[in-house]
Amino acid sequence: MEITAIYYLIPSLIMFCCGVYGFITRRNMIAMLVSLELMLNAVDVNFVVFNRFLFPEQMEGMFFTLFAIAIAAAETAVAIAIIINIFRSTRNVDVRGLNEMKF
Amino acid sequence: MDSTLPLLILTIPLFMFLFLGLLGGKMSHKLAGTLGTLGMGTVLVLAYTTAFTYFFSGSSEFVNAAGERLQAVIFNQTWLAFTDKLVIKLGFLLDPISAMMLVVITTISFMVHLYSLGYMRDHHGVYERGFQRFYAFLSLFSFSMLGLVVATNIFQMYIFWELVGASSYLLIGFYYTKPSAVSASKKAFIVTRFADLGFLIGILILSYYTGTFDFTALTSIPVDGMADVYQVSEQTALNVKGIFDSAAASTFMGASVMTWALVLIFMGGMGKSAMMPLHIWLPDAMEGPTPVSALIHAATMVVAGVYLVARLFPLYLMEESALEIVTVVGAITAFYAAMVACTQIDIKRVLAFSTISQIAFMMVSLGVARPDFHEGLGYMASMFHLFTHAMFKALLFLGAGALIHAIGSNDYTAMHGLRKHMPITHWTFLIGCLAIAGIIPFSGFFSKDEILSSCLGYSWVAYLWMSMVAGLTAFYMFRLYYLIFWWKEHKTPEGHHAPHDQPWTMSLPLIILAAISCVAGFIPFGKFVTWKGESYDFMAHFDWSVASVSLAVAIIAIALATVMYRKENSLPEKFKNALPNLWRWCHHRFYWDELYQFITHKIIFNCVSRPIAWFDRHIIDGTMDSFATMTNKASEFIRPLQSGQIQYYVWIYLIGALLLGGVTLICLL
Repeated sequence: MEITAIYYLIPSLIMFCCGVYGFITRRNMIAMLVSLELMLNAVDVNFVVFNRFLFPEQMEGMFFTLFAIAIAAAETAVAIAIIINIFRSTRNVDVRGLNEMKF
Repeated sequence: MDSTLPLLILTIPLFMFLFLGLLGGKMSHKLAGTLGTLGMGTVLVLAYTTAFTYFFSGSSEFVNAAGERLQAVIFNQTWLAFTDKLVIKLGFLLDPISAMMLVVITTISFMVHLYSLGYMRDHHGVYERGFQRFYAFLSLFSFSMLGLVVATNIFQMYIFWELVGASSYLLIGFYYTKPSAVSASKKAFIVTRFADLGFLIGILILSYYTGTFDFTALTSIPVDGMADVYQVSEQTALNVKGIFDSAAASTFMGASVMTWALVLIFMGGMGKSAMMPLHIWLPDAMEGPTPVSALIHAATMVVAGVYLVARLFPLYLMEESALEIVTVVGAITAFYAAMVACTQIDIKRVLAFSTISQIAFMMVSLGVARPDFHEGLGYMASMFHLFTHAMFKALLFLGAGALIHAIGSNDYTAMHGLRKHMPITHWTFLIGCLAIAGIIPFSGFFSKDEILSSCLGYSWVAYLWMSMVAGLTAFYMFRLYYLIFWWKEHKTPEGHHAPHDQPWTMSLPLIILAAISCVAGFIPFGKFVTWKGESYDFMAHFDWSVASVSLAVAIIAIALATVMYRKENSLPEKFKNALPNLWRWCHHRFYWDELYQFITHKIIFNCVSRPIAWFDRHIIDGTMDSFATMTNKASEFIRPLQSGQIQYYVWIYLIGALLLGGVTLICLL
């Protein structure tokens, strides 16, 4: 059995759908952040897979993924900081209750 | 004549108004009053100089070779230029009547300024609240009235006409904490404003057909050969005359358009001069301070209607039906007001109705004036009476003010027997009464006699009617005089000090005006003010039979008043009980106010205003409201889209993306 791109892409798709489902259904902001990371990782996997199968002699996809991981890490740090601050001031991480800034 | 003096006459009062109005509150009462009086004194000197120059300098600008006085336009500045033809100018016109009015207005206004220094403070010398405001308004009024009489065109006159209306409104409502004063000021403004609507329409019709606002051009139209008198080229006069004739030829509802225009203009005059049926505001206007009544509602503003008709007199001569309306309205008003004046209790109301009656005299006199009778004697008589009436009526009002100031009430029931307590007021008031009753040699005799002569020249009905009114005038004035100064001994209420004469600021104007009332009749008025400007000796028109009859009527009326009112007796009561209905109707002013109340409240409010209000509230407002409601509903509908919930957005995005993907897929397949 030859391992083709589809074997990588289907788990990636499942992962992405899990991310979207989690992002929509979860009310807890931490859980939403986790779902977001899930989606991001699914995309990273896609990058690597397409680079490996379509353009094996080039490395751009790999490097882009590395960049994406690094930026995602930084972004997660910032997001966590925001969430912690929100929790400190409101004692709440439920995304539905956070509407003070709306009006 | 250079324009410095005339310009100063207009600008000083305007400047005083702005100065006292803006800075009056910062300065002391005394300073504000003195400044206002001094300003008016300056204007008085300037106006006298101007009038003197006009009448006596004999310069070719003012008198032509034939000795006829001309209309001199001192300056005429374009103010608004809408199109080439439609230009509104502001200027200064000097002719016999405007020069005379300058003298009248500045004299009375100065007297009132001086008098108010004493009147507008209480017995302890404390100034009334708003004293500076009072002087500012007086200056505004003087400015507007002076601008009105020197107007070079009918539009300028209209502008100042409204300005005097506004200053009258402000001064009637001077005691704005008193509800009756507030409603009186509103009433005066609304009634005169209603009349001015007619005036405006009349102006528009007149100027539409003649193509000019200018008085000099307008008055040069009708009479052939007048062009040189008014310094207009023959050609202009002919052109305008052609237009005028075409306007006179086109008719509307059975009367020529010119008649309509002139009658509508007269309606404006009726409102301002309180002719029936638009007289109802003047008695209520007595709510204002008494000096204001003397200045505005007796001597100057209320004669603006007479002045307007006199100003356009050559036009009125062309349309005799309009002049007949003037005569009839004047005659009815004169009689009506004299009847009502016989039964009023408030002394200012008596004087107010007397004013209405006397102005109606002037109107009648203008209405019966015809060039073929003694060169338009009625016109001269009307202006003469305007002059003398301004003096003696201002005197009477200022005297009444002194009484009210001393007694603290407007009703003669609180006065009685004051002749010993207030001798100066008593004697000056008596002179005023004699003048208005028409006793020789006081001024009223001469002017009233001229009016009666010209009435006789018109028809004997007019003469008899006006003589009867003259008799009534003498009767009600002496009724008032006796009830104030005789009847019974004055009883000072407990805790009050006895009434006494006033400070010199109040006495001096009384004495000066009384002196003028004594001698003004001997002014040879025919030499100064006639309708074409020619001068003639008015003694040539003096009819001794008319004079002796009117004198006899006046003396009989005074004798009757003496019998009835000199000492306390039951005659007046018997008289009243003999004719209870007549008395009641007169006392209630023939229920005119009630009639207006009925018409406005019951008919106009119910039949017109309410449906309009309903239409406004339900149809117009309803349409607008439904727009708003629809917008509201629409926004309520789309508002949830902007919930701010990120998960909801993601949902929408996801669905949208899936749909788009689906559609793309279907298209590709």
